[in-house]
Amino acid sequence: MTSLLDVENLRVTFPTRSGSFEAVRGISFSLGRERLGIVGESGSGKSMTGRAILKLIRKPGIVTADRMQMGGTDLLTASEREMRRIRGRHASMIMQDPKFSLNPVMTVGSQITEALLTHEKLSRAEARKRAVAMLDAVAIRDPERVMSLYPHEVSGGMGQRIMIAMMLIPNPEILIADEPTSALDVSVQLQVLEIMDKLVTDRGMGLIFISHDLNLVSNFCDRILIMYAGRIVEVCQAGKLHEAKHPYTIGLLNSVPDLEHPRPRLDALQRDPAWREAPSVSALT
Amino acid sequence: MSAIEIRDLSVYFGEGAEQMRAVKSANFTVAEGESFGLVGESGSGKSTVLRAIAGLVDSWTGEMSVLGTPLGRKRAPAFFKQVQMVFQDPYASLHPRHTVDRVLGEVLKLHGFSDIDARIDRLLDDVGLGKGFRFRYPHQLSGGQRQRVAIARALAPEPRIVLLDEPTSALDVSVQAEILNLLSDLRAERGLTYLMVSHDLGVIGHMCDRIAVMQHGEIVELLDVEKMRALQAEHAYTRHLLDSSIRSVREIS
Ligand SMILES: Nc1ncnc2c1ncn2[C@@H]1O[C@H](COP(=O)(O)OP(=O)(O)OP(=O)(O)O)[C@@H](O)[C@H]1O
Ligand SMILES: Nc1ncnc2c1ncn2[C@@H]1O[C@H](COP(=O)(O)OP(=O)(O)OP(=O)(O)O)[C@@H](O)[C@H]1O
Ligand SMILES: [Mg+2]
Ligand SMILES: [Mg+2]
Repeated sequence: MTSLLDVENLRVTFPTRSGSFEAVRGISFSLGRERLGIVGESGSGKSMTGRAILKLIRKPGIVTADRMQMGGTDLLTASEREMRRIRGRHASMIMQDPKFSLNPVMTVGSQITEALLTHEKLSRAEARKRAVAMLDAVAIRDPERVMSLYPHEVSGGMGQRIMIAMMLIPNPEILIADEPTSALDVSVQLQVLEIMDKLVTDRGMGLIFISHDLNLVSNFCDRILIMYAGRIVEVCQAGKLHEAKHPYTIGLLNSVPDLEHPRPRLDALQRDPAWREAPSVSALT
Repeated sequence: MSAIEIRDLSVYFGEGAEQMRAVKSANFTVAEGESFGLVGESGSGKSTVLRAIAGLVDSWTGEMSVLGTPLGRKRAPAFFKQVQMVFQDPYASLHPRHTVDRVLGEVLKLHGFSDIDARIDRLLDDVGLGKGFRFRYPHQLSGGQRQRVAIARALAPEPRIVLLDEPTSALDVSVQAEILNLLSDLRAERGLTYLMVSHDLGVIGHMCDRIAVMQHGEIVELLDVEKMRALQAEHAYTRHLLDSSIRSVREIS
C-alpha cells in the first residue's frame, strides 16, 4: 500500500510554568488509502496529533519529528504559504469544536457557497444549489431554511454536519476528522459515516478518524491506534478491538455503558504508571 | 412537589413567514430526585427545551415551573442557585480569557461561598482534573478537559436540579464512566434531580429512570427505562432509535 502520509517520532511540546509538557511523545504512523482510527482517553494527545500534521499547533507549542512526509511534500520544511495551499487542497481537518471553526457572522449558506466558489468555477446560483444538495447529503432536514441560519442558530449535531460538508468541498486526499460525529444520534451518524466511507472507497481518500467511541471506531475503521499519555500503546486491526491485549484498551472497553446489560456502577479505569513509560508502538506500514 | 413541570410548551424561532416552531406542545414532569432523559433526532428540539427552562429563549408559550414556582420571562439570580445547566458546546460556554480558577471562583463567590480555595480544589478533583489544571486557560485544555470544567462550574453552586445537555459526548469512555459515577453519587447523596440529553442510549439507560423521545419538535413517547431496555417501545421512531443503537453495540461483540 502506498502511503499518503508518513510520520516518524512526532512530538508536540508546550512550555508551561512548571517545565515543559509533552502532549505527544514520539509517535510514528503512516496513512494509506484507508480509514485509520485514533482512540484514547481525554488528554491523550489525539487532537494535537491531528493538528500537528497540518501544522496547526498554536504558539507556544513546538512540533518536532524525524520525518513528516505528505506525498511529495516534506511538511517539516514546508513554509506557511505552502501549508496554506496544502490545507486548502490536499488535506482538510474537521475540528473537534465545529461551531468554533465556523464564521459566527456569516450565514451557513454564504459560508458554504463562498467555499465552493473558491474551489470551483461555478455561477452563484449553481453554487447555491450545490450547497443545498450538500446539506441534504449530510441528512440535514429542511436545508433551505438552514442555509439562512447563523452558526449559533443551528443545533449541535447540525453544526457538526455543516463542518463535514464544508471540509469535503476541496475534495481532499487526506481528511482528518476530529470527533466528527460525537453529537449525532446513531442513525444520523451512520449516514455521515457512509459519506466518508464512500470517499475512501471511491476516491481513494485517506481518513484519520479521531474518536472516543470504541464501538464506532471498531466498526468503521481499518486500523486503530490506541493512544495513552501521548504515545501509541497498541495498534489493532479492523473489527478485532475485542481481541485487544493492552490492559488500557481492555479497560476502555469495560467502561462502556451498555443498554442491554445495566450495572449499578461503571468500572473506572485503573491506570498503571508503567503505561506512561513503555515505548510507543510503531504504526508505520 | 415535582422538580420540573412542563405543560404545553412551544418554542418559536424567527418571525412572520420564516417562523418555525422548534418545540411543539411538549408535556412532561420530572419528580424531585428523579433522573429524566431526553433523547431523539439531531435538531428535534432537545437543547431548546433545556434552554427554555434555563431562560435562554425569548419566544415561548405554555407553562413551566421549577420546584413549585412558575417560571416567567426572566430568571432571578436565586433560580441559578437551584438550577444549573451544562451546555452541549463547552467551547462556547467558557470565557476564553478566564483561567479555570477564575471561572470557578466567580461562580462560587456569586453564590456566597467563602471557602473558595478549598472548593475549587475539590471540584477539580471530583471531575478528575486535579489542581494542576487550576491556572490553565480554555485553549490549553483538550476537548474533554474543557467539558469537565463546564461540569465543575455547574456543580459549584450546589444546585438541586442540573440540566445536562450531552454532558459526556466529548468524553472518552473512561472519563465518561468517572463523570457518570460522580453524577450518580451526587444524586444519591444530595437527592439531585437531573434532566439529561444524550444521543447515547447506553448512557441514558445507565443514568435515567424515565425518558422522553423527541422527533421534529414533538415528544412522541414517554417510557420508563425498563421498557426501553426490554425494547418495548410503542412509537415507530423510538423503535427505530433502539434498534439502531442495539445493532451498533452488538456488531463488535
Ligand atoms: N496550550 C497548551 N498548553 C499546555 N498544555 C496543552 C495545551 N494545549 C493542549 N495541552 C495539553 O495537551 C494534552 C493533549 O491534548 P489533546 O487536545 O491532543 O487531547 P485529546 O486526546 O484530543 O483529548 P480529548 O479527547 O479530551 O479531546 C492535554 O493534556 C492538554 O491539556
Ligand atoms: N436561535 C435560533 N434561531 C433559529 N433556529 C434555531 C435557534 N436555535 C435552535 N434553532 C433550531 O431549532 C431546532 C432544534 O434545535 P435544538 O438545538 O434544540 O436541537 P437538538 O435536538 O438539541 O439537536 P442536536 O442533537 O443536534 O443538538 C433546529 O432546527 C435549530 O436550527
Ligand atoms: Mg481532542
Ligand atoms: Mg442539542
